[in-house]
Parts: sequence; structure tokens; C-alpha cells
Amino acid sequence: MSKAMIELLENGVYETLYMTLVSTLIAYIIGIPLGVLVYVTDAKGICKSRVIHFIAGVVINVVRSVPFLILLVAILPFTRMVVGTTIGSDATIVPLVVAAAPFVARMVESSLKEVDSGVIEAAKAMGSSKLQIIYKVLLPEAKPSLLVGGTIAVSTILGYSAMAGFVGGGGLGAIAINYGYYRYQTNVMLITVALLVIIVQLFQEVGLRVVNKLDKRLR
Amino acid sequence: MIRFENVSKRFPSKDGETIAVNNVNLEIEKGEIFGIIGFSGAGKSTLVRHVNLLEYPTCGNVYFEDFNLTKASERELRKYRQKIGMIFQQFNLLAQRNVVENIVYPLEIAGAGKKERLERAEELLRLVGLEDKKRAYPAQLSGGQKQRVAIARALSTKPGVLLCDEATSALDPITTRAILGLLKEINEKLGVTIVVITHEMKVVEQICDRVAVMSSGVIEEVGTVKDVFLNPKSETARKLILPEDNGLKADEKRRILRIAFDGQSAFLPVISSLTVECDTMINILGANTENIGGKAYGQMLIELPEDSHKENKIKKYLDSHGIHYEEGGKKNEQGYDRTA
Repeated sequence: MSKAMIELLENGVYETLYMTLVSTLIAYIIGIPLGVLVYVTDAKGICKSRVIHFIAGVVINVVRSVPFLILLVAILPFTRMVVGTTIGSDATIVPLVVAAAPFVARMVESSLKEVDSGVIEAAKAMGSSKLQIIYKVLLPEAKPSLLVGGTIAVSTILGYSAMAGFVGGGGLGAIAINYGYYRYQTNVMLITVALLVIIVQLFQEVGLRVVNKLDKRLR
Repeated sequence: MIRFENVSKRFPSKDGETIAVNNVNLEIEKGEIFGIIGFSGAGKSTLVRHVNLLEYPTCGNVYFEDFNLTKASERELRKYRQKIGMIFQQFNLLAQRNVVENIVYPLEIAGAGKKERLERAEELLRLVGLEDKKRAYPAQLSGGQKQRVAIARALSTKPGVLLCDEATSALDPITTRAILGLLKEINEKLGVTIVVITHEMKVVEQICDRVAVMSSGVIEEVGTVKDVFLNPKSETARKLILPEDNGLKADEKRRILRIAFDGQSAFLPVISSLTVECDTMINILGANTENIGGKAYGQMLIELPEDSHKENKIKKYLDSHGIHYEEGGKKNEQGYDRTA
């Protein structure tokens, strides 16, 4: 393999990691509050509100039901407004965040649901405010589950980022499409696939190790 | 200290409404250990949850230290909740925090400084006897140890009341006894008023001063433990007092006499004397005696002879010795069946 190709792949790995990690981070910044909101406004939650619960639920479901590739194209004007361009890694981050944030919110919601309701009741009985229950009980108690969700989210976002290669996104996905698909360079295709598998494995493995170390229930 | 005034709680259910608590009036005195006993679904847990307003009454008022909690603002209520400790059947510890971090949680939310928190934690660890488990996580503790942590946590803000919602129901008998001993010690040493919810008469016998018997949301009787034990007035109390039956079915042929002992007579050879003086054979169906907390409570179930003359002799003998008894079989004929 030529030196140029190796450089290209190196760059692809870097871009993929950049897109995935930055998108995941921003998706969590939006997704955690959104997930918490959906959870606490539930009929059994600590700040019941049918209206807010319903609206948040609808927003999440609408975005979640649009296939990523379609969403990517559909929000191109928005993407241009935010980053000034529609091609390259930065431009991919916008649709990645839009698609991932509601997904993350649902993951957060389901992690919070795992927290024992008795513990929440005990916290209430001890005189905690609603905010204290959220950041001192709910989120810390759900931490291991949230991290497991995080590793799943990273893998999903990585997959989405590869799809963005079809419409001018960067990273390994773009390389696989441009070289492997349009130019029939099967070896390049196989290498990008292998690299993607390795990256996903790495995230999974590291994520689970961190969870095992952090979860106090497992000892 | 705590006063319920016409408290009712109704829940919506499939067929209309369930009345969990029905017009309860009750006063719990400062410094006492008060038991609320009843079978599952009697509404006792729901009732005790009204003390810190985890349940809001459908109607009626709940007073804590003469303050009407139902009229409290969110802020006031949080302040009051810090004065009312609570422990649960399932312990409800924070799984991701170690023992010390669990114990200081209420102080943390009350805004206490770090130094104060740690000092208080040391004190409480000594009180509950867990100095060597400071850094352990709940998953590494036994049930009894978890409940000790929960007790320490509930006491960290120096509350005037400790509510115990079936606190020993998930523990084995020996651990139960130890935890009850600890509660008694806390009551005596710190003067904390304790409210104990349970379905076990043994728990009430071991530590309570007074007890309320509850069934279908209604308080059926209230009195000192001794009075209720020796002279139960309600069906529910009777059912709770008689030991889990093992073929103790009374029918037309078989009538049962329940003899209740208090401190002094428990150690007299009552049955031997009975057989001699009444010249009759006595069939003992079941017995248990407990000698705890300085008071001895016990009961014995015997089968009454068919001969009414002998029966009267037995009763006369018991009367003359001041021993409480009641006829179990007779209650049965009135539709009271132990096997139900």
C-alpha cells in the first residue's frame, strides 16, 4: 500500500474519532437534561407534568423516526447556517448531534428508570429538594447504567458518521465510499471496515472496564 | 408529638376507589415507642407515610409538634422532614455511596460543613456499631448491617422522630432482635420518639410501649402493649396474637383456651397445678413465652375438656390465680377461624 494511502487512512481514523467524540459529547450535553426532563415529568416522576412529558416525548420520537441519511439531507440548510458549510467533518457533526441527542435522551431516561424508587422515596423523606434528588441521587445512582448507554451511543454515532460519507462527510466512511465503492478498491474498503470494527471494539472494551471499576454494586 | 386528625386517604382504583386510611385519629406521645400493627394491606404503611407527607391525606390534618404539616409550604415541609427520620424494609441505601457517604447524605442536603458531617458520621458509626465498615459499599454489607447504616443515616440530622416501616421484616430473627435492641437503645439514650410499623406481634412485644391495631384502614384499638396482649378487644388483635396455627383448628368438638401470662405468673407451674387441682388431663396445643425488655409475655393454648364441670373448674382455678384467659373455640363459632 502506498504511503499516500496510509496517510489517507490515518487522517480518516482521526476524522472519524473527532466527529464521533465531539458529537457524542454535544449529544449528551443536550440529551441528559432532555432525558431527565422526560423522566421526572412522567406520571410517577418527582415533577409530574403531562404537558411537558408529552411534548418532549413527541419531539424525541419525531426526530428518532427519521432515518439518519434522510435527516442528514433534510437539515442541510440548518447545517450550513451553523457551521457555514455542508461538507467535511465539522458539517457532519451537526446532523450527528441532531440525530443522537434524542437517542441519548431515551437512553438516559431508561437508565434513570433503573434507579430504585425506594431510594428516591428515602431521599424525599430526608428532605431533599427536587434538584438535589436529580443531581445527588438519580444521576449518581444511574451512573454505571449511563456509562453503558454511553458506549452504545458512541458505537451508534460512529455508524452514523460513516453514513455521512455518502453526502460529503469526512472520516473512514468517506474513504470507504470514495475508494472502495466508486473506485472498486476492495482492499481499501476492507481496511476501513477493519479499522471501524477495531474502534468500536476499543470503545466497548474501555467503556465496560470503566463501568466495572465504577459500579459499587458489583463488589 | 404526632397527631392525626380525621385522616383519610383514598386511592383511585379499577373499581372506583380504595380507602387505604379511613378517618384515623391518633396521638403519638413524645419519647414513646409506638407500634402500628396489622396484616398486609391494612393501611399501616400508608398511614405512617402521612407523618412526613410522603402521602398527602385526601382529607384531615397531620400535626407534628403542633404544627399542621398539611398546611406547610414546600420549603417548610423539607425542613420538617429533616426532623423526621425514616427507615424502610428494603433499607433504601444509595448503592453508589459508601457507608460514611450514605450517613452524611441528610447533612449534605441540609447544608452542613464537611468537618461537621464527618464528626457526626463517626459518632453515629459508634452508636450503630459499624466503625470498621466506614468505607464499605452497601453491596458488601449484610441485611442487618445495611439497616444499621440506614438507622445512622436517619439519625444524622438529630430528628425527634424515627419512623420504621417494616424495618425488620427482611431480616432473620436474630438480626431482628439486635436491630430492635438498637432501636430501644436509641429511644432510651437519645429520647427519640419511635413509630414502628409491623405485622409481627413479637416486634411490638419486644420494644413498644403502646400499640395501635389496624385493619382495612381503620384503627381498631389502641392501648399499652400489655393491655392489648392480655385483653385483645378486636378480632385483628386476636389473630395477630395467636401463633401461626399448626393444626390448631377449633371446631364443635374441640375448644381452645388461650392462657396469657404476664411477668409474675409465667414462671409458676400453672399447668402442673391445674392438672393436679382440677383432676384433669390437659392437652397443650401450643405455647410461647418471651422474656424481653424486663417484661415477660407468654401464652399457652390448651384444649378444653368436653366435660363442662371440669371446664368450670379450670376457669375457676385460673380466675383465682389472676391469670388471663379467653376461649379461642368460642370465638371460632362466631365465625373466627384461625385457618383462614
